[in-house]
Amino acid sequence: MLRKTHRRISPWAGAAILLLFVVFAWTSACRSGGQGQPTVSLGSGDADRVIADRELSPDDVFAALKTYVPTGRHDDYVMFASGGHSGQILVIGVPSMRLLKVIGVFTPEPWQGWGYSDETRAVLASAKVEGVEMKWGDTHHPALSETAGDYDGQFLFVNDKAHARIARIDLRDFETKQVVKNPIALSDHGGAFVTPDTEYVIEGGQYAAPLGWSYASLEQYAEEYRGMVTLWKFDREAGEMVEDGSFAIELPPYWQDLCDAGKRVSDGWIFCNSFNTEMATGGIEDGKPPFEAGASQRDMDYLHLIDWRKAAQLVADGRAQRIKDFPVLPLDVAVEEGVLYFLPEPKSPHGVDVTPGGEYLVIAGKLDPHVTIFSWEKIQRAIADRNFSGEDAYGVPILSFDAALESQLEVGLGPLHTQFDDKGYAYTSLFLDTAVARWTLGGAYSSLHEEAPWTLVQKIPVHYNVGHVVAAEGDTVSPDGGYLVSLNKWSVDRFLTVGPLHPQNFQLIDISGKGDSMRLLYDMAIGIGEPHYVQMIKADKLQAWEVYPEVGWDPVHQRKHPNAVQAGEERVLRKGDTVEVFMTAARSHFVPEKVEVKAGDHVVWHITNVESAKDATHGFALPAYDINLSLEPGESTTFELDVRKSGVYTYYCSEFCSALHLEMVGYFLAAPGA
Amino acid sequence: MPAWMERLLGPRPSAEDLARHRADFLAPTLVLAVAVVLLLTSIFLPYWHILLKAPQYPGGLRVEAYLNRLEGDVKEIDGLNHYIGMRPLGEAASLERTLSIFAVATLGLLVIGAIFIHNRKALWLALPGLVFPAVFLGDLYFWLRNFGTNLDPRAPLSSSIKPFVPPVLGVGHVGQFATVATPGAGLILATLASLLILAGLWLHRRAYKPLVEELDERR
Repeated sequence: MLRKTHRRISPWAGAAILLLFVVFAWTSACRSGGQGQPTVSLGSGDADRVIADRELSPDDVFAALKTYVPTGRHDDYVMFASGGHSGQILVIGVPSMRLLKVIGVFTPEPWQGWGYSDETRAVLASAKVEGVEMKWGDTHHPALSETAGDYDGQFLFVNDKAHARIARIDLRDFETKQVVKNPIALSDHGGAFVTPDTEYVIEGGQYAAPLGWSYASLEQYAEEYRGMVTLWKFDREAGEMVEDGSFAIELPPYWQDLCDAGKRVSDGWIFCNSFNTEMATGGIEDGKPPFEAGASQRDMDYLHLIDWRKAAQLVADGRAQRIKDFPVLPLDVAVEEGVLYFLPEPKSPHGVDVTPGGEYLVIAGKLDPHVTIFSWEKIQRAIADRNFSGEDAYGVPILSFDAALESQLEVGLGPLHTQFDDKGYAYTSLFLDTAVARWTLGGAYSSLHEEAPWTLVQKIPVHYNVGHVVAAEGDTVSPDGGYLVSLNKWSVDRFLTVGPLHPQNFQLIDISGKGDSMRLLYDMAIGIGEPHYVQMIKADKLQAWEVYPEVGWDPVHQRKHPNAVQAGEERVLRKGDTVEVFMTAARSHFVPEKVEVKAGDHVVWHITNVESAKDATHGFALPAYDINLSLEPGESTTFELDVRKSGVYTYYCSEFCSALHLEMVGYFLAAPGA
Repeated sequence: MPAWMERLLGPRPSAEDLARHRADFLAPTLVLAVAVVLLLTSIFLPYWHILLKAPQYPGGLRVEAYLNRLEGDVKEIDGLNHYIGMRPLGEAASLERTLSIFAVATLGLLVIGAIFIHNRKALWLALPGLVFPAVFLGDLYFWLRNFGTNLDPRAPLSSSIKPFVPPVLGVGHVGQFATVATPGAGLILATLASLLILAGLWLHRRAYKPLVEELDERR
């Protein structure tokens, strides 16, 4: 009876207990809404109210305090990020992650007047491809100039992967000054990287083609197609890359990827990764394996070890051939003279990164979950002992993998690229895991950290699909640590949706502590390009000008402009059908305010901003003639046009320069021709 | 000493006077000499500073007025002044700037002259040096007033900026600018020189007056 009663009641009791539980869970959930997480107090009523209102967790408050740069104060570091196929360079402050500037490089950029004046057009036109001016570029890897392996803050180089071009930016005014086109290659990827004293700017190839990209069918791939690495001689005194002394080295038709220059103990060598040592030629449409499979068949590809000092000597000794009038050290000479060695590396790697002291090479094989660490000392010994495991089809000696190996460490899926800090840690991006791994270096670095050498310490998730990473001065001989930025290719849900083209996501990570203390601090949307690589320099190493050194300055050539116009010397001269205008700009007027020409005239127009106050920039817009100039204080520039037809045009200042900015205007009066 | 020369230069103390009141005769010479040194040194130093403070110029705009030139952000200030129709600062006091170095050197020579003249005429020689700082400030006021009240009526901002005279020393306001005018090291030295000249003249009178009276009595 009792049992029966009990059995009868039990569903009710069960329901009551369940109800009680639901009510309890609901009320406790309600109570925890907004304050369920541990609260944080800053001891200030206003601040605590903001923390409560915005539902900030202690981690959020920590991140805010770490990244907020108070109004009017400056950042500690400056990042130079490539813009990918925007063809520009982005300048970003750290830790605020504020965008400071976009530098026009391979792509015309009207705000800076980049590509609209005679002088800037000449820079872009100096690197034509097959006689055609390219209107875009694919900037990949910015490289700051170095002195003794450390950033010196003077110049920035960047490659254009699409057209195998290298640009040079002068960091006195953050403007592009020079673009060189590689005569023997159509595309590049392993650039720009510099040797420790910026003796050379390195430009590694990418997709093999006959050197000079003359025609050869894909059936002749192994015989006719070639890879290359080019060393552009940098003349520090002239501040220019110079053709005299520049040369390339012929390489087998593997697809060379990223490069890095040796430093300190490995100074004098260049290291370049490669993939497609299979020499796949694609053909998915013919039922052949597509490149993505064909180029991933072998377990190992080849790390290229290149003795650049010896190569330069051989070129100086006349051992180079000339292709398209550019010196190229032939592959057989490079092999015979011991300029080139191969070292097997886990397949399809991306980054080869040299530790600060130059002792180890870190290979991130993107299809292998390990980072592979080679010892430079062991490599040198293997070369000296001729400890080879064979040679490739082109006779290049292949060093024994085991003889050169220092360690292999499993970090996770899709390792791509590694940077270093001041505490003996390395940081490797993991594309597939979408995380950044912190792991320990061994050897002399062991004393800097408490963990065992060559061990994984922490993996921090990033959002999402990280490509490269950058740590503060993290690829120099003296990394600073402190900050790391993860260059994420996808942002997916991290920002407000702005249409199907999502911004990239730069995530700032605090790496100032030891052990597993890495913390995510900040997401920065990059809505103006697709950065590939970034370098981060201490802000006080940059000595940028606030205004040009004197009124009448030609920024492209960094000297006094031959047609600088001083205030009071404005004039319009006619010589036959050519009209030459000498104009000044100052707040808030152009002088002259009317320019009279005739249809059919050729006009040469010089303008000088005669101001010298910081930030007193004027624009000069001439609608219908596709002209927009940026005239920074002291800047002088020239443009030319042919007067197409009669009409009335207004030129105006396109930069909001002053309270009477709208009045800064003039009439360009084109009378009917004779 | 011939009588005419004594009339001109004043009496010379006798060897006995000199021996007895050496300090009395030395004092005016030293004080006036120091005054001359200060005055001549002031030639190399700015006499007047004006700082123009506005939000868009962190640190402000500065002009330093030397006796013969203007330094600092003159170009930028001229650029701004064209909006209110003020003439370029370089057009102000051009005669004064041309003559000033020569004039101050002359003032110094005159004070040196006063050391050697032992009668009332010494006062007239030292007087220009004595009043020079006041003359400088008066002239500065004249030009500030001249420039501030003769604005081009066709200038863009002529309707919103009324004619004005910035204070010669102290704080004034024009448009979004606060003007802070302060004396320069040169003016301070010239003022010290002026005070020393005053003291020197008093010491001079104390030392030589008995001799002058004695000379007058002898006549």
